[in-house]
Amino acid sequence: MAIDSQLAIWEVFMQAKPGANYIHAGSVHASDKKMALQNARDTYTRRGEGTSIWVVPSDAIVASNPDDNDMLFDPANDKVYRHPTFYVMPEGAKAI
Amino acid sequence: MTTEQALYKYCLRLGDNALIQSYRLSEWCSNAPLLEEDLALTNFALDMIGRAQLLLSYAGVVEGMGKTDDDLAYRRGERQFTNTLISELPNGDFAFTIARLFFTSVYEYYFFTELQNSADTTLKAVAAKTLKEVKYHKAHATDWMLRLGGGTEESNTRVQAAVNALWMYTGEQFETDKADAMLQDINIAVDMPPVKDKWNVYVQEVLLDAGISVPVADYMQTGGRNGVHTEYLGHILSEMQYLQRAYPDATW
Amino acid sequence: MDVLEKTDSIQAEMLRHFEEKIERGDAIEPRDKMPDAYRKHLIRQMSQHAHSEVIGMQPEGNWITRAPSLRAKQILLAKIQDEGGHGLYLYSAAETLGVSREELISQLHSGKAKYSNIFNYPALTWADIGAIGWLVDGAAIVNQVSLQRTSYGPYSRAMVRICKEESFHQRQGYEIMAKMMQGTKDQQEMAQDAMNRWWWPSLMMFGPHDSESPHTGDAVKWKIKRHSNDELRQKFIDKTVQQAEVIGLTIPDADLKWNEAKGHYDHGPIDWNEFYRVISGNGPCNRQRMEHHKRVHAEGAWVREAAEAYRLRKEKELLHL
Repeated sequence: MAIDSQLAIWEVFMQAKPGANYIHAGSVHASDKKMALQNARDTYTRRGEGTSIWVVPSDAIVASNPDDNDMLFDPANDKVYRHPTFYVMPEGAKAI
Repeated sequence: MTTEQALYKYCLRLGDNALIQSYRLSEWCSNAPLLEEDLALTNFALDMIGRAQLLLSYAGVVEGMGKTDDDLAYRRGERQFTNTLISELPNGDFAFTIARLFFTSVYEYYFFTELQNSADTTLKAVAAKTLKEVKYHKAHATDWMLRLGGGTEESNTRVQAAVNALWMYTGEQFETDKADAMLQDINIAVDMPPVKDKWNVYVQEVLLDAGISVPVADYMQTGGRNGVHTEYLGHILSEMQYLQRAYPDATW
Repeated sequence: MDVLEKTDSIQAEMLRHFEEKIERGDAIEPRDKMPDAYRKHLIRQMSQHAHSEVIGMQPEGNWITRAPSLRAKQILLAKIQDEGGHGLYLYSAAETLGVSREELISQLHSGKAKYSNIFNYPALTWADIGAIGWLVDGAAIVNQVSLQRTSYGPYSRAMVRICKEESFHQRQGYEIMAKMMQGTKDQQEMAQDAMNRWWWPSLMMFGPHDSESPHTGDAVKWKIKRHSNDELRQKFIDKTVQQAEVIGLTIPDADLKWNEAKGHYDHGPIDWNEFYRVISGNGPCNRQRMEHHKRVHAEGAWVREAAEAYRLRKEKELLHL
């Protein structure tokens, strides 16, 4: 197969401000890590949207299969005891 | 020459460099080899227009004749522009543009680093802002020099040809005259020999890494800083200033 | 049940699931099962959209070097850069469906993929930059706002980002027009002339009337498209007429008048002959735009090759360390 002359795809994750989660912004094309980072900077921070960038080769990302959603995600739905509202606290107890 | 006149000249030269370089980079818009690179080159052009605005506005203030940045950009003729010749050369291919950006951004990086210590508070502030921008231009240009030099035979040939053609225009960046000397005496202007030394070290190192041979200079072109340009500048101005000249009474 | 029947029933089951999801208003994500026709429609629409952004850089790019002030130059350059960025977001969104950018570009070059017809018109004067920003981007944003709620997740997310960024584009164009209308007689004439040339092509941007539009059915059912061509066109006309009046521009349509009963403006007939003539390749700039894009693509090939070759060399060097 011929090499795609538009270079490889990299997924871009941006942190909007220090301490925040990194959020997927989109993707860019680039041939190497440095280029990917620069292209992400020039594409996704034109309005000062970020304080930090991650780039990851697209093909390095493993995604779950939607067909497995029942097995992967449904079993967590009835584990109510994982949430603080499940517990009855004695009246008057503070800071808990 | 008064200090004001020297400072006017100093700001004008820096402003003109930024203006004419931004003009050339803006010509890449919708012409770059990859969409991402199109955005990158445009970002650099935008940085430079911003820098031109600051420096030309300040030049207008220093001159004291009530001229704005636009007056200076759009109402001066060929002999009154004081940018370096390397800024105005046509873009050529991508290798030529990158090699020029490399030579100029490395120079600007060391120059503005020094200008941060200027006794003139406006120039000091412009330098601090500009330094962040040119640091990135330098990184981007350096990476591309390495890719083109170490890429294919064709890219190496092209970037070597660009470096050879541009080399004799690199010397003008470090020229100084009476105006510079006057300002240097009062700690406003940058002392150029150390800038030149650092430029030489960095450039040679990158060219070596990139597999590009360093040309030998038997002559360095000069003239732009004193308003004696290549034929290309006139065409830039006739295009850039067209509306302002054709409709002198209009504001836009 | 034989094998064929079984596949049929699996197919039907898949389609039912998919349409239920759409009905609930859930977004469709890249790895979800989707009908082939949905995927095809999306690729066609997103790539046409992406190509439009990128080709649209050309008519405006034509004026960067001649922008009449540093401020105007800066704004125009930033706007065109945004358009490149928007093209990029949309190519990215299309790529999530397994089609490469290279493939999309080759479809553009072969004529299989289209771009918005509006960019086959020339940007002749500085006022055209105003008209493009105000009218063309104004029309585009009406469509794009509607597409923020499109059913395909990556497309919708790209549109949200695009709409946020586009908000200054129309103002930029309108500001140019307003300034010119306050200026000299030459400037006013230039502005009106641009209005005259760009008004009708802008209305055509929304595509044929609903009664004539071949793709609307499935696209609406599957919520790729959220409003019809005529609805969006009407929305654009209604908001633009007042803006023209405020700055003293005349809309070049003698039949344009407010219809109290409908609560909308009525407009004169659109020249669909012109629309089909331009779309079939005989617009003033079709050839120029494609030649430009092909030339740039071809001229950039050695650069992209060099970048790939450099990466391969570096990887090899690492292996031998």
